Amino acid sequence: MIACRDLQFRYPGESFSFHLPSLEVAERETVAVVGPSGCGKTTLLRLISGILLPQSGDVRAGGEAVNRLGQKARQRFRIRTIGLVFQEFELLDYLTVRDNILLPYRISSALNIDGEARERAGALAEGTGIGAYLKRYPHELSQGERQRVALCRALVTRPKLILADEPTGSLDPDNQERIIALMRQQAAEAGATLVMVTHDHSILEGFDRTVELPKMLIHEPQPDQIPPAREGGVA
Amino acid sequence: MNLGGAFYLGLRYLKRRPLKTFLLAGSIGLAFFLPAAIGVVVKSAETHLRSRADTTPLLLGAPGSPLELVFNALYYSKPGITRFTMGEASAARLDNQTRIIPIYARYHSQGARIVGTTLDYFRFRNLGVVEGQFMTRLGDCVVGAKLAREKGIKPGDHVISSPEAMFDIAGVYPLKMRVTGVLASNGGPDDSAIFTDLKTTWVIEGLAHGHEKVKDAQASEILKDEGDNVVFNASVLEYNEVTEENIGSFHFHGDPDTFPITAAIVAPGSEKTRTILLGRYQDAEKGNQLIVPSAVMDDLFATVFQVRNIVVAALALVGIAAFVIAWLVFLLSNRLREKEFHSLRQIGADPVSLRFLVAFEGGFVLCASLALAALLLILLQAMAPLAVKSLVGG
Repeated sequence: MIACRDLQFRYPGESFSFHLPSLEVAERETVAVVGPSGCGKTTLLRLISGILLPQSGDVRAGGEAVNRLGQKARQRFRIRTIGLVFQEFELLDYLTVRDNILLPYRISSALNIDGEARERAGALAEGTGIGAYLKRYPHELSQGERQRVALCRALVTRPKLILADEPTGSLDPDNQERIIALMRQQAAEAGATLVMVTHDHSILEGFDRTVELPKMLIHEPQPDQIPPAREGGVA
Repeated sequence: MNLGGAFYLGLRYLKRRPLKTFLLAGSIGLAFFLPAAIGVVVKSAETHLRSRADTTPLLLGAPGSPLELVFNALYYSKPGITRFTMGEASAARLDNQTRIIPIYARYHSQGARIVGTTLDYFRFRNLGVVEGQFMTRLGDCVVGAKLAREKGIKPGDHVISSPEAMFDIAGVYPLKMRVTGVLASNGGPDDSAIFTDLKTTWVIEGLAHGHEKVKDAQASEILKDEGDNVVFNASVLEYNEVTEENIGSFHFHGDPDTFPITAAIVAPGSEKTRTILLGRYQDAEKGNQLIVPSAVMDDLFATVFQVRNIVVAALALVGIAAFVIAWLVFLLSNRLREKEFHSLRQIGADPVSLRFLVAFEGGFVLCASLALAALLLILLQAMAPLAVKSLVGG
């Protein structure tokens, strides 16, 4: 499902440098990515999803060479194939919980919002314990509840690949377990691959595999040493 | 690109920020509305003022402002203009076909102008009565349709003239007038006026009066005896209402030709008479002025249009400034939403959709402001005639 080879990435003007020689994730596999702060866990997910483009190396996901796709194709690929759970939720404050969950359908012409999508949104909300809050707005929810809305939004399109960035970071232990179980259940039901980034080693149990990223190099950038960034280096 | 989705998100965003949306739409709407509103008000005023002026051939009045004469004679709104005499007005009758219709619009009854005139006036304005009849004797009056409706006046009721100066005990006493009829509405200043015979207004003025018989008066009641003119003290009852019983006691002191009027409508019998009359009164030394009301309105509106153009130009500049500021506010608010757009891009929204979302919101605000401006203009168009009438009379 995912194949990364010799990935190199550096944010323009920053000293952080990400390098990943190789990563393979099989279809339907559930993988937890762990590592110290600043090791590039979030960057890895963004490279896989095509939000960031590497300066060198290759990323393949869902059969597509992500870093070779054009911007539009990458966005279409992302919304069709990937369910993203962000560290900072990225909910829209002017949309209700229901509308936030259904957001991928609103912003993409590749997806059609229909009764089934609405039912699925309701079912996901019920499953994550926020079924009673569908008409509420994000500011009326607790951190944990917002986290669950973000998770539902990632799952509502039945993606083939779920990329979760610290999805349980704001939850109490009971809810952590519930959310992880739900993600794994959804992944299993949809035959999806799950890659979850976390720094919490207590929730690794149940994942097929754990990948530990080493601390990335931080050095002062030398202009002549940095490979020229491709157009649209940061999508 | 999902246009429906962008449309939906745009609507939700604007709905959740009603104050910002309203302020933006309101300020842009006002920028559109104000210059157009000036045009509507001026047009309404022009229509209202011209319609009356165009149906009045000539106006005769004392020397002074032609505009004030027009406003006094046509809209009854300048009661304090210089007066001239009935005799001077009659002198303008060059032939039997020329009609001279005197107007004495000086007094009022609780804010409604009392217009002293002759029955000729009603024929000239094509005014009939819908209730009762025209005045039949001294002290009678007919009231305009709007006034009758607003104050519930009907034939048989009475209206009392208001004293000119509340504390002038030697001044004119109020006269209680009998209402004999209600005029048909003509949509003009006549609807809000009280019409009475010219002689009745001279009674109000104090130039004629009625009192109890003084033939057998005691010497103590006589203050001054000048032969034809005897002045009695206050024990001699002066009538403040004309009745069938006391009408015989009303009499004038002096020659009615010397009594005042504020204006006279002159309707020449022929073009030739009109030309002669205009030529005669062109000479300023003759004293009185004979004016063509529509020409006075032309002069007035030439000035009004100049002022309007200046005001509209100034408002247009203010409007452009308001539009630019609103646009800047819109752009800045979009900058503040950069995190939101970033989130949408990460989830998979393409830049075209985001641009459409922003364009939709901007377009919606613009359409809302245009709708607001249109709504205000419709309201103004409905209300402008009433406002103009209350400002200039009628």
